[in-house]
This record gives sequence, C-alpha cells and structure tokens, in this order.
Amino acid sequence: MAMTMTQKILAGHAGLESVCAGQLIEANVDLTLANDITGPVAIREMEKAGFDSVFDRAKIALVMDHFVPNKDIMSAQQSRECREFAKKHGIVHFYDVGNMGVEHALLPEKGLTAPGELIIGADSHTCTYGALGAFSTGVGSTDLAAGMATGKAWFKVPSAIKFVLRGKKAPWVSGKDLILHIIGMIGVDGALYKSMEFSGEGVAELTMDDRFTICNMAIEAGAKNGIFPVDERTREYIAGRVDRSVTEFAADADAEYDEVYELDLSALRPTVACPHLPENTKTVGELGHIEIQQAVIGSRTHGRLDDMRIAAQILKGRHVASGVRAIVIPATQAAYIQCIAGGVALIFIEAGAIVSTPTCGPCLGGHMGVLAEGERAISTTNRNFVGRMGHITSEIYLANPAVAAASAVAGYICSPEDIK
Amino acid sequence: MLAKGRVFKYGDNVDTDVIIPARYLNIADPAVLSTHAMEDIDADFVKNVRPGDIVVAESNFGCGSSREHAPLVLRENRVSCVIAASFARIFYRNAINIGLPILECAQAAEAIQTGDTVSVDFDTGVITNETRGETYQAAAFPPFIQDIISSGGLLKSLKKRGV
Repeated sequence: MAMTMTQKILAGHAGLESVCAGQLIEANVDLTLANDITGPVAIREMEKAGFDSVFDRAKIALVMDHFVPNKDIMSAQQSRECREFAKKHGIVHFYDVGNMGVEHALLPEKGLTAPGELIIGADSHTCTYGALGAFSTGVGSTDLAAGMATGKAWFKVPSAIKFVLRGKKAPWVSGKDLILHIIGMIGVDGALYKSMEFSGEGVAELTMDDRFTICNMAIEAGAKNGIFPVDERTREYIAGRVDRSVTEFAADADAEYDEVYELDLSALRPTVACPHLPENTKTVGELGHIEIQQAVIGSRTHGRLDDMRIAAQILKGRHVASGVRAIVIPATQAAYIQCIAGGVALIFIEAGAIVSTPTCGPCLGGHMGVLAEGERAISTTNRNFVGRMGHITSEIYLANPAVAAASAVAGYICSPEDIK
Repeated sequence: MLAKGRVFKYGDNVDTDVIIPARYLNIADPAVLSTHAMEDIDADFVKNVRPGDIVVAESNFGCGSSREHAPLVLRENRVSCVIAASFARIFYRNAINIGLPILECAQAAEAIQTGDTVSVDFDTGVITNETRGETYQAAAFPPFIQDIISSGGLLKSLKKRGV
C-alpha cells in the first residue's frame, strides 16, 4: 500500500512492512529530548514508576534553555535536577550554560538529528527536525519518561496534507512568511493529528533555515509533524555534522493525502500573525499603524546566523526608535560566537539593541524581556497567545527577522522597504 | 467508572499557556502550581472549582506547548473529566498518560453550558446533561488506550507489561 514519507519512517521504526493512517504502533526512537522545564517532570515520573536506568545514554538529549541562565532559585533547582540526572546516568548530550543553545536550533547544529530518524521531545516544537527529512514530534513528560526508559513510544499513524511549492520568494520574504500564510489559510487546528508534507520544485528555493522555521511552526497548525524531502541542501547541511549512516525516505508517488494545496512562493509577502492566535495573519501592507514597545529577534524559530545577518543588514547604520527595546538572541553558542566574531553583534549594540546569551527567555514570558500591561511586541518567535510574553493584556505580533528589525527602527510594524 | 459535576465551559483553542501560564513553570510542587490553573482566562476558576467538576470546551482544547503541567493542574484541582469537540494532540496524549479522563464529543461541547450538571459513564461514553435532560454519545477509546487508562497511566502500563 502506498505510504506518505512520514508513514514510511514510522513503519521502518516499528519493524513493519507498511502502516496505514489510524493504525496504533509502537516504534523505536533514535533520540529523546527534554529541557529544564519538562525534564524534571519526566525524571520524577520515571523514578516514581521504578525505572532506574535509561535505554541508551547516547540517545538522550537534555538541554537547559528555557529559564537559563537561571532566573530565580526555583528555576535553578530545576536545572540542578536535570544536571544530577545527567551525571547519574552518564548522559552524553547534556547541554548547560556555556555550551547550550535553544534546543531545536542546537540539536541539528550538533548533528544529533538526521534524515530518516525518529525523534521525540518533551517540547511541542520538536517537530522542527522534519526540515531534515526526519519524523519528529512533541510529547509530554510522561511519554518522554517512557522513551528515556525503554527507547520506545506509541503513535497513531497520521494521515497527511500535502503542500506543493513552486516559484521563488520575493526579497525580505522567508520561511516564516510561508508558514504564517499556511496557518492563516488552514487555521490553528487545520492539520490536527496530521502530517504536513512539503514538496514541489519550490522546495529547492528554500534554505535550510527556512525549512527549520516552517517545520518548527507545524504544531501551530495542530500538526503531528511537518516534513521536507531530502535534497542536496539537506545533504550539504548534515555533511560534517552527522557521521552515522542515514536512510533517506521519500513519499510514494501514489500516496494518499487528505488535502493538497499548491502554493506559489513568489506571491508571498512579508506576513505577520496578529494577537492572539498564529492564524490571525495579515500581510504587513494590510496592517494599519501599529506601534510597538519591544522587538524580539531570535529564538528557536529564528536565531540562526543567517537570521542574525538579515536583521543586522537592516540595523546597520540605523538606530532603534525611541521608546522601543530591541532584544537580539542568537539561538546557540556557535551562532553567538559567530555574531561576535563577524561583527554582527556590534552592529546590533551600536544600533541600540541588546544581544543576549542563548535562551528561550521572552518567547514564553520567562525572563529577558517580559511585557507590562498593554505593551506590544513584534517578535520572531512562534506563539502569540494571551499572556505568552507577559501581562495578559500585552500583545505579540509574529514576524520574520527582517520585519522585526525594520519595525524596531520605525517604532511601528513595517516592512524593510518602508524605512529610510 | 463514573463522573459527575458542575460544568465550567470555555470556547475554541484554549491553549496550554492559559491553562497554566509559563511564568509559573518554575514551580515544582503540583499543589502550588495548581492554584494558578486557568487564571489568564478565568481568574475565579480555582476559587470556584469543586472536586468532581467538569471542564467543557469547543475545538482544539490544549493547543500550544507540550507542558504536561496543563492536564496535571486540572487533575490537581480534582477536575473529573474534560469534554471537548476536539483536543490538540499532545494534550490528548498527556491527559491519557497521566490518567485525566477526556472525551471527544462535538454535540456535548456545543450543547453543554457553564453551570450545567453533567454525568459521564466512561465505559459506555454516554454523557448525560442532568440540567437539560439530554444525552450525548462520545467515541470509546481503542483497547490500547483503554489499557493505559485502566493501568493508571502509561508508565504503570509499561511496568505491567514487563517492558
């Protein structure tokens, strides 16, 4: 029976010839991931249930990224719990302050995720690694505890929606604009329980960063996973990072899809998601005059070096508007070093922005840029729910790094073409 | 297994950031954490909820973050069941994995209102609205999931199977 790309990966990991949508399977996992918020819950659950060992100490990643460098005593306790667990079990991929990064930017960079692999993470944005042609999905702490202990997870095999891409992006348009456009089109539950499979000649036009951003936000349409076919760009990205053998999967030509959408990349314009759902999308041109008090550039959605360079290109020789706080957060230690070494960090600082060490921080209203009552931010992050970045009356507009940087300069939401 | 309680009704897309805001995720003690349940959309929820009460919502309940703290704070507040037209997939797994009963039923989600008294029979999936004299039928769980629930959660079911 014909299978989607996702179904083939699941079948392969369940030891089955084929699977079909709706089937319940138990599959072997190649990597499990937890962070300083979800990790402690998983560790306690695992120990409470009487599991005293892990399935493979080299296939567990623990990344301290949400409330680090620890913002208060309680957060510090949680990081310590993870640190002690990592030491006790000899966890190979434990990342703490000084070598960490925002988890979903860090793992691909370290070569821990590769085409054809099956990855679960106690973080909803674990779906990011679909950019590499892997099946990856977010789970809760109990699923993660089971995964760490047994190396297995249960899944209901998803059906899929296919997005066929063609054309080339216009200037200042990124993967963020494509995924926001799609979420605006199908809604925040438009792909509930399903895979989002991307295909078509337009895929070749998307950088790996674009693909990571798109898959990162598949969950914002309710999807189980987002996935891209493996091509030369993917192989180039993993070269030098992944030294194990990888299996490339491709969807069968006659695989069945619940829906098929054709999208022309050239028709996309810089797009924002207005409060308080990622589906409330408008192009920047359709917005009225929306003043901002904060701009956040970075996070797991957009903290990679190319994102930083795009923002720097706009901020170079310009200054952040009076009354706007601009916060730049490279996503990993490597991106942070490159920002400093390449002079990008200085461009930001001279423009009146601040450059932070990697952290999830403001994305979830943790620290490093929490909003007061009634304040408004433009942010390259992935959620704009009520209270997500601070007070429940504060507002978040989601955008790509170029739009966020231009808006920081203007003091209101605008496109890079709108600033002098 | 049966549940019966008064209903707290919410709309579409109730996300895990409002079920338990991220600013409280540094709290390790579930009892303390649970005092902040739902506060960003219903400041009086914790004050008014009684053991056995039922949360009813429309579509995509529990969307957003994977935090298991979300079903956990509802369970800690002794919510006996969540009924929704549909659930976000990670919340759905998490609720089953920690033993918080949930039911998908669009008809019930539409008809039931705040303050109604509702009883639920988990074995048959029948939801009875005692206030309005109506019944609704929810889909039953597949045997694999029933086994997780009857074992008291995922980890206990794995132990039982000797994994």
